[in-house]
Amino acid sequence: MSSIKIKLKDKDVEQIKEICGSFNNQAGELINVLHKVQGVFGYLPAEVQEVVASELNVSVAKVYGVVTFYSFFTMIPKGRNPVSICTGTACYVRGAEKVLEEFKKELGIGVGQSTPDGKFSLTCLRCVGACGLAPVVMVGEKTYGRVSPDGVKDILKEYED
Amino acid sequence: MDMIKLIIDKKPVEVEKGTTILQAADKIGIKIPTLCYLNLGGFNIENKPGGCRVCVVEVEGRRNLAPACATDCTEGMVVNTHSIRVLNARKTVVQLILSDHPFDCLVCAKSGNCELQDLAHKLGIREIPFQGEQSTYRKDTSPSIIRDVDKCIMCRRCEVMCNEVQTVGVLSAINRGFQAVVAPAFEMNLDHSVCTYCGQCVNVCPTGALTEVDHTNQLINDLADPEKVVIVQTAPAVRAALGEEFGMKPGTLVTGKMASALRELGFDYIFDTDFAADLTIMEEGTELLDRLTTYLNGDKTVKLPILTSCCPAWVKFFEHQFPEMKEIPSTARSPQQMFGAIAKTYFAQKINVDRKKLVVVSIMPCVAKKYECSRDEFKVDGNPDVDYSVSTRELASLIKRANIDFMALPDSGFDSPMGESSGAAVIFGTTGGVIEAAVRTAYELHTGKPLPKLDFEELRGLEGMRSATIDFDGLPINIGIAHGLGNARKLLNEIKEGKSHFHAIEIMACPGGCIGGGGQPYIHGDTSILQARQKAIYNEDAGKTLRKSHENPDIIRLYEEFLGKPLSHKSHELLHTHYFDRKKEVFID
Repeated sequence: MSSIKIKLKDKDVEQIKEICGSFNNQAGELINVLHKVQGVFGYLPAEVQEVVASELNVSVAKVYGVVTFYSFFTMIPKGRNPVSICTGTACYVRGAEKVLEEFKKELGIGVGQSTPDGKFSLTCLRCVGACGLAPVVMVGEKTYGRVSPDGVKDILKEYED
Repeated sequence: MDMIKLIIDKKPVEVEKGTTILQAADKIGIKIPTLCYLNLGGFNIENKPGGCRVCVVEVEGRRNLAPACATDCTEGMVVNTHSIRVLNARKTVVQLILSDHPFDCLVCAKSGNCELQDLAHKLGIREIPFQGEQSTYRKDTSPSIIRDVDKCIMCRRCEVMCNEVQTVGVLSAINRGFQAVVAPAFEMNLDHSVCTYCGQCVNVCPTGALTEVDHTNQLINDLADPEKVVIVQTAPAVRAALGEEFGMKPGTLVTGKMASALRELGFDYIFDTDFAADLTIMEEGTELLDRLTTYLNGDKTVKLPILTSCCPAWVKFFEHQFPEMKEIPSTARSPQQMFGAIAKTYFAQKINVDRKKLVVVSIMPCVAKKYECSRDEFKVDGNPDVDYSVSTRELASLIKRANIDFMALPDSGFDSPMGESSGAAVIFGTTGGVIEAAVRTAYELHTGKPLPKLDFEELRGLEGMRSATIDFDGLPINIGIAHGLGNARKLLNEIKEGKSHFHAIEIMACPGGCIGGGGQPYIHGDTSILQARQKAIYNEDAGKTLRKSHENPDIIRLYEEFLGKPLSHKSHELLHTHYFDRKKEVFID
């Protein structure tokens, strides 16, 4: 798994320590701690994992093992405009796969990745409860319905600076 | 104690509650095949993830087969360990493992010692009906250990050794499903990690996924080079284990045969690391007395306890994990490095050969020694004091390759002037030995009186942590011993918290000390072999007339002719070292 090198600020470290402390620095709470920390930072870079490991007194390898085991955890920061394509049953049969391919092509990234400029990231999700609008795409909080591969460019255009 | 009666393979057996089917079967002599399971009896080390499913057995009334290693016995249980269903299931399990395993047994470093290979043979597997994708992962080579994860079967034994026993925490299972591998954090290479190279992971790996870096081909080339003078030194624990590789009973001492074999292989000088162990005692023992007397004279800035520094894995461990305490261990180099430094100065002058033409090779029970001799501070203008180190296993392989009939070899001795050694040096090979050797010398130097008794039974044994108080003629000296880095960590934490009452502590990274080193013949879980090796080492000591380091005539001469006295300027330059804070050295690729 690739990782992005960052330098944590003192207040970031303090915040991680606080979260660990709220779980009494219990090694058994590793997953819960990581969940909270990812909630704060949006992702779990190596440097963050190192602080968590030292606070909970477990090895960094073990923390990394947990982070890579659960697909919920990510070491890649989300883009400023996270694109999520619903690949639930209804969206899938209405062509979500083709829409996804178009997003991959346009953004030049795969699922779970972010564009180098940090503007977009791409993920898949299952059912947002708008099956009547299938296939559905979300960018941030905004929902797009009946998306066709041809419409992908237009959606992305909305997020030009 | 609640007892349970059950029947295994039509034989009745009674066991305590909490006993597994595997243990119960073993009790009546039924060996159920295992693969991921590992139990190092006596060291409190057990790995039973129940992951491989090789040990499945049929339990009457139970729908599915039960893993014997992870299923507790229950009252009235009826177990069949070799029904057709069981045999077929085991076969399928191993065939499935093999379907994602490289077929390079013929050239694999572990061939002949591989538990997977043995199992495939034992279960009569002649074909692998499952074809499919094979997982591939990059090979990771460090100065001591090679990780070839393609051969990993995810038994997790290495994880138990690295995390629970050694508390080093380098290896962990990462990713999931087909992508899962055992790797360091962030999949960094071993040489970027906090790995100590103790090699305990190598010792327990059932396959060739973890092996030592092989230096035998380089050695053969150097031996064949007429321009080079090749010197060998052999560590004390090697002679107590090498014979096992040739079918000898564990605990057979082969000191004389080993020297003859080295001569047959064509080394120019056959020397002994034990000589340097005596030298270590002179330096380390004097340092201990020095620190102790200064402390007792009221100077409380002196750092006590003093910790031994012979073990390179232990040194790397504290450099990473306890760098703030790096002033506490003795500054004395390990015997391997003392030997190299003296060989390439004192001895080089004696035979009038330039150090660049000298090749100093060490035979070690260890894989961390490979890393140690590559450390920059042990080089002069880029030329290492010890050129490279080969393990006990590699030496055995060389002897076999050279077609030497080891069993038929006569005994012979070491060459002079770096071959003479005391019994005190021999016991360096086991946990407790270094400190006993140091006590023998420090006592006599301190009191000026001969020791009434040389055997310090209170320092011996295989318990992970031991302590004793030795009476230095009215001065009580508290001694601590730890082997296995997890135990070392406990003692270090005590020191850190100011709770330690010890004056001197011996630490060895491997359980058992060097007899259980990462480069020794594989014991395949049989810890009685370590006991036998330990016994052999104490026997060799007891059989020697020379049993104290400071009475070794070659050591006395070395000081007279070359070094002056222990802790002299020259000694400091050649025989002592300094340690590094490696906390920040770990980096992500």
